Order: sequence, then C-alpha cells, then structure tokens
Amino acid sequence: MAAFDEMLPEVSGLRRPYSAYDRWLKEQDPARLTEKMQDAERVFRKTGITFAVYGEQEASERLIPFDIVPRIISGNEWRRLTQGIEQRVQALNAFLDDIYHRQEILRAGRVPRELVAKNEAFLPEMIGVRPPAGVYTHIIGVDIVRISENEFYVLEDNARTPSGVSYMLENRETMMQLFPELFQQIKVRPVENYPQLLRQSLAAVRPQSTKGAPTIAVLTPGSYNSAYFEHAFLADQMGVQLVEGQDLRVVDGHVAMRTTEGYKQIDVLYRRVDDSFLDPLTFRPDSALGVPGIMDVYRAGNITIANAPGTGIADDKAIYSYMPEIVEFYTGRKAILGNIPTWRCSEPDSLKYVLEHINELVIKEVHGSGGYGMLVGPAATKKECQDFAKKLAAKPSNYIAQPTLALSTCPILTEKGLSPRHVDLRPYVLVSDRIQIVPGGLTRVALKEGSLVVNSSQGGGTKDTWVLDD
Amino acid sequence: MLLGRTANGLYWMNRYIERAENMARLVDAGLRMALTRTQNASEEWNSVLLSAGSDVAFTQKYQDYTAANVSDFLLRDTSNPSSTMSAIETARNNARMVRTALTRETWESINEAWMSLKRMLAKPIDERDLPTVLDAIKRETALIRGSFYGTMLRNEIFDFSQLGTYVERADNTARILDVKYYVLLPSISWVGSTLDNYQWESILRSVSAHRSYRWVYDADYKPTNIADYLILNVRMPRSLTFCYRFLAEHLKFLGDDYGERHACHATAEKTQAMLRAGSIKDIFDAGLHEFLANFIRDNTRLGDEIAQDYRFY
Repeated sequence: MAAFDEMLPEVSGLRRPYSAYDRWLKEQDPARLTEKMQDAERVFRKTGITFAVYGEQEASERLIPFDIVPRIISGNEWRRLTQGIEQRVQALNAFLDDIYHRQEILRAGRVPRELVAKNEAFLPEMIGVRPPAGVYTHIIGVDIVRISENEFYVLEDNARTPSGVSYMLENRETMMQLFPELFQQIKVRPVENYPQLLRQSLAAVRPQSTKGAPTIAVLTPGSYNSAYFEHAFLADQMGVQLVEGQDLRVVDGHVAMRTTEGYKQIDVLYRRVDDSFLDPLTFRPDSALGVPGIMDVYRAGNITIANAPGTGIADDKAIYSYMPEIVEFYTGRKAILGNIPTWRCSEPDSLKYVLEHINELVIKEVHGSGGYGMLVGPAATKKECQDFAKKLAAKPSNYIAQPTLALSTCPILTEKGLSPRHVDLRPYVLVSDRIQIVPGGLTRVALKEGSLVVNSSQGGGTKDTWVLDD
Repeated sequence: MLLGRTANGLYWMNRYIERAENMARLVDAGLRMALTRTQNASEEWNSVLLSAGSDVAFTQKYQDYTAANVSDFLLRDTSNPSSTMSAIETARNNARMVRTALTRETWESINEAWMSLKRMLAKPIDERDLPTVLDAIKRETALIRGSFYGTMLRNEIFDFSQLGTYVERADNTARILDVKYYVLLPSISWVGSTLDNYQWESILRSVSAHRSYRWVYDADYKPTNIADYLILNVRMPRSLTFCYRFLAEHLKFLGDDYGERHACHATAEKTQAMLRAGSIKDIFDAGLHEFLANFIRDNTRLGDEIAQDYRFY
C-alpha cells in the first residue's frame, strides 16, 4: 500500500507547495541541520514545554519530539479545507442545540434515539439549557487525514477540550528562531494571533448580563495535569487568570475567584476540566477540580462555560459515523469534508462484514481515545485478531471499524536524510458570532517508520504546519 | 488583579529560592570551620544543622556529624524538605504554578537551575567537589535573582515575591545568630581568643559578610560589631533591619495599591520601629537570646498574617 507523500510523491516528483522549501533545503549543510535539530530540543526543554507522563517518577516530564521539516499546505488546499471545516462546525453546534432541545434529528429518524439517550457523553442536565450566544462548542480541533492529492477525510471531531494548540504556536516560534531566513524567502500565513483571536472569541460569547469588559479565566485541573503547560501558556498569552477549582466559588449567583483583594466575578470560563469534574453538586461528587454550584450559575445564564458541558455527544465515536447525515440535516448540503467509511458493529450486517475482514480493518472502541484499546488489523497477529473478535462479538455496540487508510506521509529529517512518515492534521476552529480558523494547525507525525499511530503518548511527534500565502 | 493562590505561590517560590541558597551558605561556613579547626568539627556541623533548623531530622537518619553526612543532608537529601535540592524543587513547582505571573527569563532561570542542580546533586558529592558544588548553587540562585530583578514589573507580583524573600532571609539571619549567640556574649568571649575569632568569622561567613564587615568596621572581629552588623546595619543586605525596611516598603506598596491596611502592616511596622530605635547595647542589656527569640516569633507571625490578609488559602 503506497502512501501519498505530500512533498515527493513517487509518480510526479516534487509537489509545488514544497518547491521553495526544497530549493532552500538543498543549499543547507546536513551537519548544520543536525545541529539545528538539537537546538530545537534545547529550546523546548529550557522553556519547559513538556507534557507529564503519569506514573513515571523520574522521567515525569517528557518532550514531544519536534521535526524541523515543515508540513506545507498551499493556499488553495487550505481554502477547500476551511470550507469543509466551517460547514462541519456549524453542523456540530446545530446538532448540539437540537439534541438538548427539540431533538428534531431523532424524531426524523436520522440518528437512532438510543445512541444519544444511552450515551454517557449526553448530559440530561443540559436539556433545555441554551448557552450564552447560543454557542455550544467554541473551540474545536478537527483531526483530518489525507490519502491522495484530492482526498481529505475527517478522522475525529474534537468538540470537548481539544489540546495541542500551544504546540502549534511554539513550533512556529521555534522554526522562526532556528531558520529566520526561511520565513523571509517563503510567505507563510501567521498563526501567532491565535491567543488574541481566542480571547476576542471568548469575550464575544459572554453572558448578556455582563456589564463592561468581561472577565475571562482559564480553568485548569492543576500543575500536575499533562496539559498544564498549555493551560498556563494560553492564559498567559491571552492575559487572563489561570484558575483552579480551589480558587473559585459561587458568590451572589456568580462564579468568583479568590484574589488578594477578595472575590472577583468571572464572566467567561475557558475550562480544561472534563464535564464530570466540573461541578461536584451536579456530576461527580468526589471532584475537587470543579466549582460546587457552577451549573446553577450556568443555567441562570450568569457565566459562559467554553466549551459547554455535554458537547461530548457531538464527537462521540458512535455519533461520528452519522456525521454525513448530521451535516446534511442541518446545513441542507452534502458534507464537503467526508468521513472515513465506518462500519457500526451494532448493525448486524456491518458486524458480519467486520468479523469477516478483521485483519484488514482498524477497529476502535466507541469511547476510547489516545489510540488505546484499538486493533490495527493488518499489523496484528492472528491470535490478536481472534482475541479481539471475541471481545467484539460479545459487545458489538462498543465498537466501530474503519478501513486501514494509506495516510499521507511527509518527510522527516533522520540521520540518513529525509524519510517519509505518516501524518495527520489538527486545525483549530473558534466559534463565536463567527467561525475563525487559524491558517495552520498541529501536524502530528508517527516517528516510527511505517507506523500509523501519531499520538504523542505513543511515540508521535509534531511538525510546524505552514499554510502558504499564495 | 492577582489570585490569592498565585500570591501564595510567588511568596513560597521566593522563600524556597532563598532557602536553597542559605543552605549552601551554611554548609560553606561549616566546611570552612571544619577545615581550619580539626578539633570540634562535629560541634560546628551540629550548629550548622541547628541554624538550618534540621538537627532533629538529621539525628533520626545519621549518627555522626561529618562533612559528608551534613552536606548530603542539607544539600541533596530529598527527604529533608529544606535541603537545597528539595527547596529548588519546591521553588520550581511553585514557579510552574504561578508561571503566568513570571517573565519568560525568570521562569527559564528557575527551570534551568532545577535542571542543572538535579544533575549535579544526583549522586553523593565527593568531598573534594564540595566547594565547586556550593559555588554552582550560589551561581544558579544568583542567576534567578538577576533575571527576576532585571525583568519583572514592579507590581503586586514583585511585592509578594519580595515578601517571601525577606521573611525567609530575616528568619535565616536571626537563627544563625541565635544558634551562636553565646559566643557573642561579653561574659564568655570578651577576651577574644583564637577560638572566638573562628566562631565569629563563621557567623559572618554564613551570611557572606566576612569581607564586607571589614569595610564597615575595624579589621578586628568584635562581637558587638558583628551583632550590630547583622541586626541593625541598614546597608547590609542580610541584616534584620535591612529585611524589615523592604518588608515594610513592599507591604506599604500593597496597602496603597489596594487601598487597604491589614494586621500584617502593623506587625511589620512595629518590628521595623523597634529595630530603628534600638541600639546594640540595649539589645545586649535586655538579652540577645530573648531578643532573637522574640524576633523569630514575630517574623513567623508576620508570614502567617500576610497569608491570611491576602487570602493565600
């Protein structure tokens, strides 16, 4: 299965978006590039851009490996992608509003009712609640894969609390530090204003009752969380407070933070804490990460929570397979960006097909994430396939299956020169009274030759992602 | 606007940076004593541990007061919460927590200090390397201080950081004096024997003041002058008076900024007034040990009041 390489496809030679970069690359001394690679690692470690790995005391802070060859997307390709993403994000918000109100899509029979009703990501507490400005999912990271010149698919819609945007920003910062001359020669669209856009976007969805400029804060589970660096980074870049549950309490019907001068009201909370930990009075009673009573304040319309509680129902893997129907139902048009064909194992015909072709498919748990609990058929042994088939047959509704796609590759720099590795792309989308997509995103790359798993928890790295201003 | 938790983090971050450095200074003074005086070395190491407030914990782990044991315990033992390694680790954890309040330079200097000390203190220190290690610790903390003073905006964040630094420093200086107060008492040391000279130099060395003392006073060490230098001198950066000048100043900035005075303001001003009015003769007449014990108690109370008045918890 030959993968499509975004820089040097076998058939046609160097692709246009990479031509200027390739010219530059050929002029470079390989020894200098290796040196630059080490510089990059030093920069990351010094600034503390690390992610925590749970359960490893000594090496509890790891770097996500960074590759210095950029992933380059032409202006045209990007325009097509953004149209598809915008449409999808509109549909996601419309779906959420519908699901928590009239449930037209269920009445119309386009999405099975039990798939929503029995789903853990569906929050009955949100029924009838309309968030400020009517936005449910404010910050979305849409995972996109490419398999050929013109075929892009959405792999996953991350509509809860997508992470990784700080890497998009730091990767660019690092590349500009390492190779300033490249950015003079090649016009790359900037991503640096993401924090300002995020702040404006959050301010635009403040509660109606807010007087004057809204007070915004980022809610983090704390400095031991694996994404803490990002939480601090975003709060810092936006110029807002980084708060923990212990800083907050409900005072006079508003959420307020404990400052050195007493309690101060918060209007918009960008939370990086999961739904179930948000309010111990409503959800998990043992949560120390949330704010007791925040859901009452929310229902009264006195605070914006971004993303809204209950958005997980829109990016659930079981719902994912219905996205083409969902997009069409709410936008009245066919989805510009397709789904990867998906077999729902809950359906007997699909289950039969999946069991028969188990060694060709990727089978995922409906609620899994991070690349855990999945079977990659072609890479698995016969025994692994048999064992997985048993699990699958025992609880079919817990699984979906997808064909193993030949994800596109992009070269990374190795000791032996350029070498292709599989990549995906996560652009970041901001929704307020408008939809904004920063030109770029996070390119994750599987560093192991031939590997398709790009997750950082399993040996994935990142690349700077360039959208050309052409 | 500053979160109470952030103010708390800044305060303790700076207390621990100060503490990390003070431990190195104490070991430095102890090492000098042990090198120059072969007898009674264990007594000197004992008083180093007393000054560090770590004597009890040490004896639970070790029997002998040797350079290797004491320096290991005070510099690299992570089961000792006040060791340089523990202190720099706690300082960095606090810095991570309050990262949004720090300049990039300040954060990086703390992070780099942590990385380099972690590397350096990973294995037991060879006694021959001890001076190098002590220098490295002082250099790392000096770099942190340099980036901090050089880049931080002089606002409430700066004020809370400085409060941490000076509460810790005042406590440290007072403890060093209290552990050795008897060698400064006229009844015992009026004669100025060689032994006393070493003791006095050791006191000055543990606050890095053995050279500057001579710029201010006579070349000879006199106990009253040493006490005067460490307690009342306005220019000496580790004296109690110096610390309280800045504690009062930063508390005043906070009071003016917020338009509100608290119990901590009164406490700091009272101590400052007492130091300003006092003469070293009065202090010796009333009892040096009593004076220091009272001071340490009031200084601890000030820390508690700051935490309460500014909603650290």
